[in-house]
Amino acid sequence: MAVQIIKERNTGKINTVAIGATKEQGGTRTSIVTVGGDAALPFLHFEGEMPHKPVIAMEVQSRVPAQWNDVLKQPFADVLGDPAAWAKKCVDMYGAELIYLKLSGADPDLENQSPEECVSIVKNVLAAVGVPLIVVGCGNEDKDNVVLPAVAEAAAGENLLIGVAEQENYKSVVAAAMVHKHNVIALTPCDINICKQLNILITEMGLGLDRVVVDPGAGGLGYGIEYTYSILERGRLGALQGDKMLSTPVIATVGYEAWRAKEANAPASDFPAWGEQSERGVLWEAMTATALLQGGVHILVMRHPEAVSLVRKNIGALMVPQAV
Amino acid sequence: MALTGLDIFKQLPKKNCKECGAPTCLAFAMSIAAGKAALEQCPYVSEEAKEALGSAAAPPIRLITVGAGAKALAFGDETVIFRHDKTFCHPTGLAITVEDTLTADALAAKVAKVNDLKVERVGQQLAVDLIAVVNASGSPAVFKDAVAKVGSLTELPLVLVSENPEAIAAALPPVAAKKPLVYAATADNYEKMTELAKANACPLAVKGKNLADTADLVEKIAPLYKELVIDTGSREIAQVLADQTQIRRLAIKKKFRPFGYPTITFTSAADPREEVIQASVYVAKFAGIIVLKADEKSQILPLLAWRQNVYTDPQKPIAVEAKIYEIGAVTPQSPVYICTNFALTYFAVEGEVAASKIPAYILPVDTDGTSVLTSWASGKFSADSITAFLESSGIKGKVSHSTCVIPGYTAVLSGKLKEKSSWNVLVGPQEAAGIQAFAKANFA
Ligand code: SF4
Repeated sequence: MAVQIIKERNTGKINTVAIGATKEQGGTRTSIVTVGGDAALPFLHFEGEMPHKPVIAMEVQSRVPAQWNDVLKQPFADVLGDPAAWAKKCVDMYGAELIYLKLSGADPDLENQSPEECVSIVKNVLAAVGVPLIVVGCGNEDKDNVVLPAVAEAAAGENLLIGVAEQENYKSVVAAAMVHKHNVIALTPCDINICKQLNILITEMGLGLDRVVVDPGAGGLGYGIEYTYSILERGRLGALQGDKMLSTPVIATVGYEAWRAKEANAPASDFPAWGEQSERGVLWEAMTATALLQGGVHILVMRHPEAVSLVRKNIGALMVPQAV
Repeated sequence: MALTGLDIFKQLPKKNCKECGAPTCLAFAMSIAAGKAALEQCPYVSEEAKEALGSAAAPPIRLITVGAGAKALAFGDETVIFRHDKTFCHPTGLAITVEDTLTADALAAKVAKVNDLKVERVGQQLAVDLIAVVNASGSPAVFKDAVAKVGSLTELPLVLVSENPEAIAAALPPVAAKKPLVYAATADNYEKMTELAKANACPLAVKGKNLADTADLVEKIAPLYKELVIDTGSREIAQVLADQTQIRRLAIKKKFRPFGYPTITFTSAADPREEVIQASVYVAKFAGIIVLKADEKSQILPLLAWRQNVYTDPQKPIAVEAKIYEIGAVTPQSPVYICTNFALTYFAVEGEVAASKIPAYILPVDTDGTSVLTSWASGKFSADSITAFLESSGIKGKVSHSTCVIPGYTAVLSGKLKEKSSWNVLVGPQEAAGIQAFAKANFA
């Protein structure tokens, strides 16, 4: 019996979204990043093209992340208080393809940085690095609705990816992205129907689907990642069958999810069966990323340089053509 | 070729006695045709019928068992390509290599280390499953000794890794009762290897050079012996992913018999951290067994957690019983924490409450095993359901106060809960990780 290879005939594919703008395009970036375009399940090159490899955005915060554990803070110990220097280190030393800047210091319960301060932090980061930028708010809706439009305006022309838009609060960030020509992250925690719904609401406002990246609100390794994994698989299958509202590329906040797990933070003295803490933490983050890659993620937001390098190698190995 | 339900029905006893679990013989025949039942479930089926239905009635992927006794590993028998279609059933076996060139002491130390790669997570025991003894020395006599020694030092099932029939002929018979997996039959040695595996009643891995070559080799061996595990010989991640995908698709969708067996894969990276990352891909994408060298707890734990996640039944989230849990030496003054009965939520809370060293009661409300945010969104975790549980659980008889702590993410419930239950409600931290500090601030 000869082997009759099965190649699915997919009618749909993932949208492509371009982030960043060079001088010719009206921005100041030295590189742009394009994601999406997949016409098959993740890394099945024999079945359909995957024109753009998944990329890694490294996370920078606008305040010193005091709560991060030492394993995670150590590589950035010299730059944690300076977002621009932190971003530069991520790009120059660790090869970040994008910077994900979280304006955590805007939180009214923390530093309560003003919109003007946030804008100047964004500008400093833009000046320090040439890669495209992702900028997200602190998570306080009212504050984000003031900060994000200010950032969008100040960075007009840079073709940022900004967020997040949520079902209950999407209008101001989407409007800011439309006016100043940026892309938007649509966050829908673990619900494929709300994901479609939010994409519909956003496009109804007039923002093109080619400007939307969705965040499925990843569960971390060991803590519900399988829900996210299956939602990613179902979403990708839907997109490949032609469902446009599921065809948006996916971003996952891998570092955030991984480093809140106890397994990434507890010392070996508390849990002898878990082994050495720093390697465990690094692998916890790296595996959260590689697990989600198999479900279908396009932008991985990561923290630890060693995890970044492991995942980059894994992506490289998965992008090799296949003989079937 | 796949048979229809009617073809199968013709061969059944037509007693409609329901002993197979199906309401009628016809319904049973239909489930077999759909790959959801096995012919053996009918106690009355005749030998002729078994013969006639043969492979068509077999599950799309054969269940293979390596090892004997409590630690035996059964794998294969998967019925879907995507876990959301039903569930993945038999978790990928993890095998750690031990080379026969180690000195006696080093070998014993290595086996002890592998035996210890186990951990409890979310109420389940997780561990590596096998030891793969590699004939790195090339010598049958050395291999025989090493296999015997490893066998005496571990309860884990073994994989005997040698393509030399003489080495297998030497090492296998003394440990045959432990049912090790023989790795591997190749185009050059398959006649002898098949004979050895069959004579010792042990499973046999079949190693080809690619998909087509592997199918050819399986077709030569299967008529002689069917306790098989397949390896396409690929070692690069992208190619292994393609091979595993084709094997699973062909087995499930086309019932392609040469691929109706579970698989075995090997990591290729030299660095153990890269190895476990490589293995994470194979856990997601269908590997039956993964053989790797990495042997540190810190390297294996993430892989064990990922395997546990992938093989969780999506229709049945792991849940704990909704009842009162007493953590530490509780008294009537001890605090009361409310959470959901999703196992991950409960165990996260339990771990932190225990670590706070302040004895407490935990009340996981029955939310059908869903998490705090999910159950709150679906209405299963509400002022009503919490109030009902405060009443029904009997907690009032155990404490002298009426203050409970609810998860920070559901702070909005506190007003209504106070009103409905007339308990005093404290809003706890959003993440379980904040419980220790919270407990010290409020209850110390
Ligand atoms: S056990 Fe056999 S005879 Fe009885 S109903 Fe099922 S198929 Fe029919």
